[in-house]
This record gives sequence, structure tokens and C-alpha cells, in this order.
Amino acid sequence: MAAGVATWLPFARAAAVGWLPLAKKPIPKPPSDKRPRGDEILVVNVSGRRFQTWQNTLDRYPDTLLGSSEKEFFYDEDSQEYFFDRDPEIFRHVLNFYRTGHLHYPRHECIQAFDEELSFYGIIPELIGDCCLEEYRDRKKENAERLAEDEEAESATDLSLPPDSTVRQRLWRAFENPHTSTVALVFYYVTGFFIAVSVIANVVETIPCQPPPGRKRQQPCGDRFPLAFSCMDTACVLIFTGEYLLRLFAAPSRCRFLRSVMSIIDVVAILPYYIGLVMPENEDVSGAFVTLRVFRVFRIFKFSRHSQGLRILGYTLKSCASELGFLLFSLTMAIIIFATVMFYAEKGTRSTNFTSIPAAFWYTIVTMTTLGYGDMVPSTIAGKIFGSICSLSGVLVIALPVPVIVSNFSRIYHQNQRADKRRAQQKVRLARIRLAKSTTTNAFLHFKRNGGLQDLGSAAHALAVRNCSTFEQQHHHLLHCLEKTTVSGGVGLELGGGVGGSGGAGGLCGGRWGVGAGGLEREAGSQDSWVHSLSPSTSPSRSSLNAKAHENMMLHYDGLDLAAALTSIPTPPSNTPESRPPSPRALPNSSLPAPYLPHRMVKISSL
Amino acid sequence: MYVCFLFFGSDYISIEGSTITLEQDSVEDEMEIATVRHRPEALELLEAQSKFTKKELQILYRGFKNECPSGIVNEETFKEIYSQFFPQGDSTTYAHFLFNAFDTDHNGSVSFEDFIMGLSILLRGTVQEKLNWAFNLYDINKDGYITKEEMLDIMKAIYDMMGKCTYPVLKEDTPRQHVETFFQKMDKNKDGVVTIDEFIESCQKDENIMRSMQLFENVI
Repeated sequence: MAAGVATWLPFARAAAVGWLPLAKKPIPKPPSDKRPRGDEILVVNVSGRRFQTWQNTLDRYPDTLLGSSEKEFFYDEDSQEYFFDRDPEIFRHVLNFYRTGHLHYPRHECIQAFDEELSFYGIIPELIGDCCLEEYRDRKKENAERLAEDEEAESATDLSLPPDSTVRQRLWRAFENPHTSTVALVFYYVTGFFIAVSVIANVVETIPCQPPPGRKRQQPCGDRFPLAFSCMDTACVLIFTGEYLLRLFAAPSRCRFLRSVMSIIDVVAILPYYIGLVMPENEDVSGAFVTLRVFRVFRIFKFSRHSQGLRILGYTLKSCASELGFLLFSLTMAIIIFATVMFYAEKGTRSTNFTSIPAAFWYTIVTMTTLGYGDMVPSTIAGKIFGSICSLSGVLVIALPVPVIVSNFSRIYHQNQRADKRRAQQKVRLARIRLAKSTTTNAFLHFKRNGGLQDLGSAAHALAVRNCSTFEQQHHHLLHCLEKTTVSGGVGLELGGGVGGSGGAGGLCGGRWGVGAGGLEREAGSQDSWVHSLSPSTSPSRSSLNAKAHENMMLHYDGLDLAAALTSIPTPPSNTPESRPPSPRALPNSSLPAPYLPHRMVKISSL
Repeated sequence: MYVCFLFFGSDYISIEGSTITLEQDSVEDEMEIATVRHRPEALELLEAQSKFTKKELQILYRGFKNECPSGIVNEETFKEIYSQFFPQGDSTTYAHFLFNAFDTDHNGSVSFEDFIMGLSILLRGTVQEKLNWAFNLYDINKDGYITKEEMLDIMKAIYDMMGKCTYPVLKEDTPRQHVETFFQKMDKNKDGVVTIDEFIESCQKDENIMRSMQLFENVI
């Protein structure tokens, strides 16, 4: 029920007395009211902030948490108050909702936090008052869009193909994401080069060249070197045709591919050549053929596969279709009006340029866009007056829809920037998350290794347990139980290669590595050998090694100092355990064996 | 208050006792909602005039003030509130009659005192007072007689509140028949109108009505 209706119910019931004399049948008895009719002040403690309100206030909305008996779950007998471990800032708005009947959305709060609080207190977001509803909806939509983009970006960058992908799938992936393989990249650049060559050839063949000796007249280069140009054209067309056919073959949905804009551009770019091949050499159709050659300039649009800016521009124009349509329509109206006026104003003048209204169109367009070529000028006074009005209004009409288009472009451009940035940071982010997750697993493995699973009372167990929190102990116990349930014969969870080794340097529980491990992602490639180098170590020397290695890590990886990191990498597995402890101590001097170092360096740079 | 006076120009505000009256200019009509304030009589006075205890008055006033911060209810709000209780039908006509019954000084708005007076009679009054109140409700033009037309209006309004989704479906002339039954019972001298005495006398003879009058005492 809506706000405050509960307040008016007693009144409505009282007014029912008015029906009594008219009642045909006996009136039923009212329900007995067991609750005491007094009103008391309740104390609601939200994370330390005490709110006090009348009980009736909370009773107004009986289908929410505070209005129903659900709040009894949060009642604290000792302090005689209701305690909620939630955000007090947002609770203020929730309580105001009970008091005033209007739920407001505070602009500075995160939309998701607010949503969560609302769902906790059992209030549906539709109850947000009109004053704040629009803001809330806008923010929610923006957030949802951003999350959708995030997901899209994640799935888009999920470039690992299933192992059994067909040639077709691999080919398509190579076309769509050229940076995935070298061949694709090469192909990408080669096609780009040929597009440029084709466009430049088209342009150059019209430049007048030096006439050959014996001729006086200057010719365009295309006529001077017909063979060269036609060879170049043929080569380009062959490459474009090959590319198009390959794309057609690789496309997962050929119909959709055929309908897409890029494929249409491809077709339009190569079709004139083939039509020219087929066409006979007679005079009538050669005129039309020349027109077709114009379409060769469409090859320049093929660059939009190579340039994101072009794509954004095209997308913007598409999304601003209505504004552009409006611009066009209003311009047309204005042109017709002014052309008519100018024609009739200039009609009387002898030898005037304004021979007809369509002829005046040209004048109007040139004037409205403030070009002013000057090939047509009015000579009568009325013509000049209307001409000036025309140019003034032209400025206005064109200036109006342009900002809308600009803002659209800006929005889409920024969205793209954001998506690109996110994609770039994605790798790093995912690696960090993976690292954080793996440290938890490895904590158990090292707990086990340190003898944590041995009988209680042994020294190793005590050592391992001392550093772990209750939660971790229970977690380890759980994993141990799982081991015992599933696997038999002494085999259990073991260290894997790669990132898993990052926790290997210390027998400490996972949590501690969070800070230092951040820099480890750079070392992702070199983890394997590190793990192997440490695993054969025996218990006694382990603690000293652990302490020093830990120190090293804290020292160097906090600073992400690559050079120092190189020096602190333990020596390769071939070294004996005895010689290993000295190596961390020797870190001030790069005493790493020389042949080993270059190998390391190569490895890291490839990251 | 004087700041309000200066700010709103032609609005005239005087403080007499505890009520503030406002004389509006037609131009400033839109400001009416914002500037009208009504402070009720003192708690002790209301307690003496009505049959509610102090605590009950406090609860009632808090609820009332929360819903209507300006201190008065106008007919539109009244109709809205009532329509929320009877969503299936159209309660606007009946709410209009009810509003007139509560608005004892006929100034177009129900203040807290009117509200309390009405509720006091309905919930804590004697049977006589309640019947009086009901008669006042039915007597639309307040001339002391209930005519058949008035009764028909009231009846139609009540049946409108029921809405169309009744089972069995109500016929068109059910209100009329009901009015006939009512008049047969109440109109002793068959002169086509029911006076207050006829009304009270007939109701006191009817056991059902008498018994039902006691039912609503525990509403507050």
C-alpha cells in the first residue's frame, strides 16, 4: 500500500459508521486488536549511529524489513535496540522514506551500493520519488551499459581458441584480430599497403605528365604509361579479390557477411575492373564505363578496417541519422524559400544569372554555407537584402544540429577509448587476480609441506600452525578432508608450474604475499625454474632461505626493479642446495653466472 | 510570519489565538498550497472537547501532520486517500459527501479539529450522536430532511464504491430498490422525507443497527 495509507485506515473504518443505518445485513464483528495501542520510540542502531523513531512510523510499510517482524531477528536484548551492520549514510534515506513516504536517491552514492541496501531493507526501487527517479534510472542504465561493455571486452579478448578449431575458424580469427598471429599481421599490413598503392595510382594517373618526345600536348600519366598503370590495377584487384574470397570462406555466417558494410565496400571496389574486362570496346558503353571507374575511389573506404577513427566516424554518422535528416530537411526548406525569393527579386534585371529557380538554388546553397563564390550575385536592392538574410539564416540553420552530432561523436569516441584502455589493462588485471587466487591454494600446499598435516604435537605442526589464522586452519582442514576422501596412496594436491610457484618462496600462509606478489606477474614466464630450484630444499635450510628470499622479494618487487630482480633470481636447478643460500646474500654484486643471465633477459623481454 | 507577508505581497496573515487565516489574492492562488498553515488548538483544549485521551490525540496528530504537513486536508487529497481503500470501484462521490460531513464549518478544507471532532463522535460518541452524524451525512443540503433524491445519490455513491466486479452482478435499479426499502422503514408518516426524529426513532427500534453501532469503538 502507498505512503501513509496505514495512517488513514482508522479514519476510513470510523467513517464506516455512515453505512450502518443503510445496511441490509448485519455488520460483521471487527478483528480483535491484541497489540497495545500505545506508541513507543524504537532505537535502531546502524553501525554505531543511533536512529530513533516511533513504532508507527516503521509500521507504515508492513512489507519491508523494518515494518514487519523480520526486524526482530536484529533485536539486541542487552542494549534493547535493533542493530544493523550496514551503511548508516544510506540508512538515513531509508528511514526518511518511512517518515515522509518519499524515497530519495543521493547522487553521490554508488548506484550499486544503494541498490543493495534497498534490497536488504526490502524496499523496491520503484518507490523512489519522482524527484530522484530519473537520476536513479540514468545512473543505473549507465552502470549496466558499462558492465555489459566490460563483459563484452572480456569475452572479446578471450582469444584462446578451442584446440580443435577448424581452418575456417582460425582464418576468421586471423582476419578479425590481426594481432593474434604474425601471419595475420603481415597480411593486414600487406592489404593496407596495396589499398594505399591502388588509391595513389588512381590519383597519379590523372596528373599531366611530360609528353613523350615527338608530341606536343601534355597527357595525363595514365595515358602515357597505360601498361604500368593497368598492371598495378590488376595486381591490386587480384589481391583484393583474393582477400574477399578468403573472408567469404572463413566467415561463420556467410549471409551476414555478405550483407555487412565492409563486404559491400570490397565488392564495389573490385567490381568496376571486372565489368571493364567483360565490356566490349565500343563507344556507347565506354562512357558508362568511365563512370564506373569512379567507383574505384571506394577502395579508400577499405581503410576503415585499418583505422578505428574512421569506423567511429561512420558509426557516429549512422547514429546521428535523425539529426542529419533534420539538418537536410530544414536546409532544403530554406533553400527553396530563398531561391524563390531571389529569383523573383532579380527577375527584372537584364542579363541576370538568376535564370530560373533551380539556378537560384546554387546561389542559395553557396550563400547559406557562407562560401560565397561570387559567380552569382544579386544586383537589385531587394535581392541584396534577401541575400543577406539568406546568409544569416544559413549560419543559424547549420549551427543548430551540429553540436548534437559532435556530442554523439564525443560520447562514442570516449566509449571506445575506455574500451581500449580496459582491454590493455585486462591482461595485467586478470594476471593479478589469478595470482591472488593461487596464493590461497598454495597456502594449503605449503601448510602441508611444512608438516601441518602431521600429528598434533609435532614441532613442524606447531610451527606451521602458529602463523595461520583460525579461518585458514579450518580451510586447510577442509582441503585435507577432501584429499582423504578422494585420493588415496599418499598422492595429494601438489604444486603446479607457472604462477603457482610465486608462493613457493616462503612457507608462510597465503595472505602475506598479496602485497609483494603484485610485481610477480612480470616474472610469469620465469616462474617454472624458480619453483624447481626451491622445491628440493630440505627443512632445516628452508627457514633461512625463506627468510632471505622473503626479504629479497619485499626489497625488490615492491620497487619493480627489473635489474635487481634479475640478480635475485636463484641459480638454475643444476646448482646444489648448499650453494644456494649464498646467492641471495650476494645480491649487491651481480654474481650470477654469465651464461645464465642472457637467457633470463631474453625470456623477460618477450613478455 | 511577517517575512511571509512581505514576501508574498498581497497575502494577509494575522495571528489570532492559535489559528492563522489567509486571505488570498486571485493572482497568488497558486501559492495557496505553500503558504496556508494551520495550527490546531492546544492539546488540553482538544482533549476537553473530544473524548480522546492525550496519548491518542498525540498519535492521531502525528499521523495527520505527517500526511498533511500544512495541517489541512482538501477535498482532492480526501478523495485520493479514500480511493486507495476502495480500489475496485469509484469512491469519489462518496468521498465528496463524507468530506462535506467532516467539514463542519464548510470552508472547503478539513482541519485537525474537524477531523478530531468527527472521529470523536464516530468512535467515542453515544448512539444518539452517531445517528445524528449519519443523518447529517445523508442530508446533503443540510436542510434537516432526507429526500428520496438525496438518499438515492448517497446510495448510488455507495454502490459505485463496490465497483463492477460483484457477484452476483448488481442490477441497475438495485440502489433505487434499496432506497425504497429504506424509506419504507424510516418514513413513518409517509410524507416522502425523513426527518431527524423519524430517523433516530426507526434506528433505535432496529436491533441490528444498534448492535453494529458498538462495533467500531476500538478502531483507534
